[in-house]
Amino acid sequence: MPDVTITVDGKKLTAPGGTLLIEACKRVGIEVPAFCYYPGLSLQAACRMCLVEIEKMPKLQTACTVPITDGMVVTTESEKVKQARKSMLELVLGNHPLDCPVCDAGGECELQDMTFKYGAADSRYMEGKLHKDEQQWSPVVFFDRPRCILCYRCVRVCGEGMDVWALGVQGRGVSSVIAPNQEDHLECEECGMCIDICPVGALTSGAYRYKTRPWEMKHVGTICTHCGDGCKTTLGVRRHDTGMQIVRGDNRDKSGINGDFLCIKGRYAFDFTDHRARITQPLVRKDGHLRPASWEEALEVVAHEFRDVRESKGGAAIGVIGSTRTTNEENYLLQKFARLVLQTNNIDHHRTADFPALAAALKGKDGATAGMRDVFSAPAMLLIGNDPTDQHPLLAWQIRSNVRLHKARLYLANTQPIKLRRQAAVFAHIADGGYAALLKFLAGDDSATATLLRDGTPRETLIALRDKIKAEPDLIIMFGAEIKGADVQALAAFAASLPKARLIALADYANSRGASDMGLYPDLLPGYTASADHFAREWDAQLPAQPGMSLAQMTKAAADGRLKAMYVVGSNPVARFDFDPFVLTKPFLVVQDMFLTNTAAIADVVLPVACAYEKSGTFTNSAGDLQQVQKAGDLAGVKPDFEIIVRIAERMGFDVRKLVPFGREGVRADMGQSRGAQSGEADRHYVWLKAQNLEPKMSPLDPQALFDEIQRVVPGYQISRAALFSGTEVRTHALTAGNGGTSAGTDLIRSSNDTLFTSGTLGRYSHALNSVMENRRRAPAGAAAD
Amino acid sequence: MAELVSHPDEKKVVSARFGKGAANIDRYLELDGYKAVQKAIALGPDGIVNEMKTSSLRGRGGAGFPTGMKWSFVPKESAKPKYVLCNGDESEPGTCKDRLILEHDPHAVIEGVMIAALSIGAKTGFIYIRGEYRYLVNIMRKAIADAYAKGFLGKNIFGSGVDLDVHWHTGAGAYEVGEESALMESLEGKRGIPRIRPPFPAVVGLWGGPTVINNVETLASVPHVIFGGGQWYADLGTPKNGGTRLFCLSGHVSKPGVYELPLGYPLRKMIYEVAGGIPNGQKLKAVVPGGSSTPMLKADEIDLPMDFDSCAKAGTFLGSGGVVVLDDTTCMVKFAQRVIKFYQHESCGWCIPCREGTDWLKKTLTRFHAGGGLKKDIDNIQYLAENMLGRTFCPLGDAAAMPIISIVKKWRNEFEDHLEGRPCPYGEKTAEQLLPVLSR
Repeated sequence: MPDVTITVDGKKLTAPGGTLLIEACKRVGIEVPAFCYYPGLSLQAACRMCLVEIEKMPKLQTACTVPITDGMVVTTESEKVKQARKSMLELVLGNHPLDCPVCDAGGECELQDMTFKYGAADSRYMEGKLHKDEQQWSPVVFFDRPRCILCYRCVRVCGEGMDVWALGVQGRGVSSVIAPNQEDHLECEECGMCIDICPVGALTSGAYRYKTRPWEMKHVGTICTHCGDGCKTTLGVRRHDTGMQIVRGDNRDKSGINGDFLCIKGRYAFDFTDHRARITQPLVRKDGHLRPASWEEALEVVAHEFRDVRESKGGAAIGVIGSTRTTNEENYLLQKFARLVLQTNNIDHHRTADFPALAAALKGKDGATAGMRDVFSAPAMLLIGNDPTDQHPLLAWQIRSNVRLHKARLYLANTQPIKLRRQAAVFAHIADGGYAALLKFLAGDDSATATLLRDGTPRETLIALRDKIKAEPDLIIMFGAEIKGADVQALAAFAASLPKARLIALADYANSRGASDMGLYPDLLPGYTASADHFAREWDAQLPAQPGMSLAQMTKAAADGRLKAMYVVGSNPVARFDFDPFVLTKPFLVVQDMFLTNTAAIADVVLPVACAYEKSGTFTNSAGDLQQVQKAGDLAGVKPDFEIIVRIAERMGFDVRKLVPFGREGVRADMGQSRGAQSGEADRHYVWLKAQNLEPKMSPLDPQALFDEIQRVVPGYQISRAALFSGTEVRTHALTAGNGGTSAGTDLIRSSNDTLFTSGTLGRYSHALNSVMENRRRAPAGAAAD
Repeated sequence: MAELVSHPDEKKVVSARFGKGAANIDRYLELDGYKAVQKAIALGPDGIVNEMKTSSLRGRGGAGFPTGMKWSFVPKESAKPKYVLCNGDESEPGTCKDRLILEHDPHAVIEGVMIAALSIGAKTGFIYIRGEYRYLVNIMRKAIADAYAKGFLGKNIFGSGVDLDVHWHTGAGAYEVGEESALMESLEGKRGIPRIRPPFPAVVGLWGGPTVINNVETLASVPHVIFGGGQWYADLGTPKNGGTRLFCLSGHVSKPGVYELPLGYPLRKMIYEVAGGIPNGQKLKAVVPGGSSTPMLKADEIDLPMDFDSCAKAGTFLGSGGVVVLDDTTCMVKFAQRVIKFYQHESCGWCIPCREGTDWLKKTLTRFHAGGGLKKDIDNIQYLAENMLGRTFCPLGDAAAMPIISIVKKWRNEFEDHLEGRPCPYGEKTAEQLLPVLSR
């Protein structure tokens, strides 16, 4: 609509006609208070807090429902308006318990804030408040009914936002009450969005309630360590006898890539951090048993063995398995450590998407990939394989919101009737294993329909799918681990035949994409670089000439006795890949992990590490959005992987400066502040630097020192640091700007098929995820919401 | 079945067939039934709207919006189906006219729906009957079935080439559903909660289609307007207040009942002549002029012509035609408490001021009448009601607030008489006895 000009409190403002008055006011910094209004959700006009005066209208009007028209003159803070708001608060507070001192929302409550502003402090009523007992709806959702002010935000975010529709209203008048879908409990996706969006303390989190007061916490915005979507989660931390304890995860400031959204994992599954099974001191195997040891002793054993094997058998006798949950800096450091220090190309990780094949197909094609935010704004989307509702909750939210708010078109092809079909313009339910045939069909081979069709899916659906996709002027194509190798090439070729199509490959873990971009491959260096020349020059070193072994080849070599040492960092191959764990007992096995995983349990040395919430660095999500990981918690006894790798190298007699280019001219140490260092960590680094006769400039243990190098040498990572450090995400382009090298071993690509309630190795150490799963097992079969 | 009453001043138009067995379709046909719809077919959509505008018929549900104008707002072209909706959710305390129409002349309602449908180009009509009017549902169901059996409804009605279906539907017992947008929600199978407007039903109504929604009495008047002509109908009333309407006279009067009187008929005559005056030699204290939601009148404010505009000038509303007369044995505090009890019970709970305001008013008034009142409560009651007025999501909040404000303002002395723990000066004669329609 054309722009119109209105006057609000004497200020002129111009906005498109039809903009809601409450939104127009925000443009000039005027906040009109509201409980029920929430951007992106349907209008309610129920709380009557946003009443304003509009000239020529006799009654006060709700700013949340009035579209602006040219020449409108609005007053948002007249005596009449203030009086109306005050009386509205008096009415709400009439039945609202004044238990603020023990309420979880105390200090973070919109009703408190508004009462503070409008001062509805007088009590006008003599009768008692209505009381209804509190209810527990699920392991993580509690509902204190009298505190509810009936703004219906929870009902809408659950229905409209999540497409779960688990909440509704029962009763009428003053007996109205929000109620869950299963009479006295919830069966839902447990995303906790209802808790986040509740303006008061009616809906509270089972993981957080009654633990602390908001002002006792420090709030650290970081990136969720679970799936590959890269949601920002704000961790509430407070002092604890073992360091800094994380007591809450939520979506406090909505400033992340995920906007309003956060799922069960980002919200509750931080609690693995203080699981009692956490290892807090190094373990070294002696007389067949893992025994506690000092860091000095353990590092010495590791460095000694690694050097010994390298000297006696050569680097090719050492294997390295990296992580999908460590930072980019750590991943980059690990492969550099493998190639320079251990002198081996035997390095791999748990692959969950075929990024190399996509990088090969998209090399040099600027703009051929899309970011997570683009999924919210694209006019059309095609999703092949995967079930984002379970595996990529943010992506599913972006897709749903785009369809709902922008009327975007979603095209689906899947072997399963996934929940997102409810948003789909066309859903092609294809035969099991039909993805290769689907790509042939999309490319124009109609004979492929024979193997594609499934009972109940007419041929016309497939034809319609293809016709409509081909007619889309601007399409985002997302695909899961089902599409790999040649299928990725076929899909990229199909995308290239469309007017405009951008691709996203969906990988499972928080830094799966980073592991791939940083070159945790036996046959690829960072940036999908097959040739060693560039990095040999950059690192001023001779790189190992012998081709590396993949994860499968390494386990075979271990079984054959060819592999003499193995370094597993933040990975649990024993649980993930079906081989005899006994083979890994043959080489000298070093495992860095938080827990005594199946792999760690058979190691010779176990080094306890900080998790992603206890260190700093960067993560790259599935779609290539780079974000900063901020240190929130702290646990005495553990160290970040970064520090451990550097220390092993140092003990192996390697010049650490060649591994981490710290102390360069003009780069000063920041004493840890920018990394969210806490509890004297900066001092610890300072002491270490002094002891090594090093200047207290940027430390070799500081990931930022290596991020400089990543920015310089990894294609597609030439990003703005200012943007990154301001807390927003920055697009990287390693797939299109990279060197396009492919990696053998596409058969190693397998999705972990994590659900909303599982999360690889971490999931089993999360009390919240376990209690939800336990609750689900007790629920009658078939009752789950879809 | 309600007993019928009559008075020589009555001009029987809508009530002309009352007591004549017109619920039977053959009897209805003998009484000029289904002639108006045939005339309407001949007039065509524009002709119908013109007659309606000429008649100056205004909505009989309470708001008094000109019916012809309402119909003319419906867009001629619409991608979605259009609907005509008859609002038979008569629930305003003191109002009992629609039930008589539905009982005695259901075909007039069907015919009115048909004419409205012809005028806006709708193919479907719904007659929504209040949940508590179960026995009327049976009458309406039979009337619709009979109309189908005669071929008056269904395909190609009266050879016009127009297909038209009419359905009945029943509420589940909520005053709130009398509000037109809440009624549409209810008809769609949802909670009976009003919608945000704009858009108005004429543009986006039932299932998103353009919808005309009219009261039972309005639609029952339509065949008479078309049959007798708009000008004839207009001349029955006063300028801008065309025709007659059904007044439901109840309370302390000798001959309570539903009387059809021309608009503009004096309230004093209505009470003392038509309704036979106040029995037992008591004096008049107060009048509810148009259903319990309208501001009340004192005994000296009854020299009032009962039409929409005169009532508005007197600071009240003609409303739904429910005139409740209260004599000087009535405790106004108790009456206020009884009125708010109704609205508290019927508040849908959607918005804060109505949900919380009606409840606190009820609690405060109940305590006050029982002798537990404080002086500040009197101001508080007024403050609460004034803060609801004009600030609620739908008119229910206004409906609850207006009578309370008028009672506190006009009979403040009666509140003061209840202070300091004194028993009610009017004894235990409860408002339930005075106003039986309220007592459920």
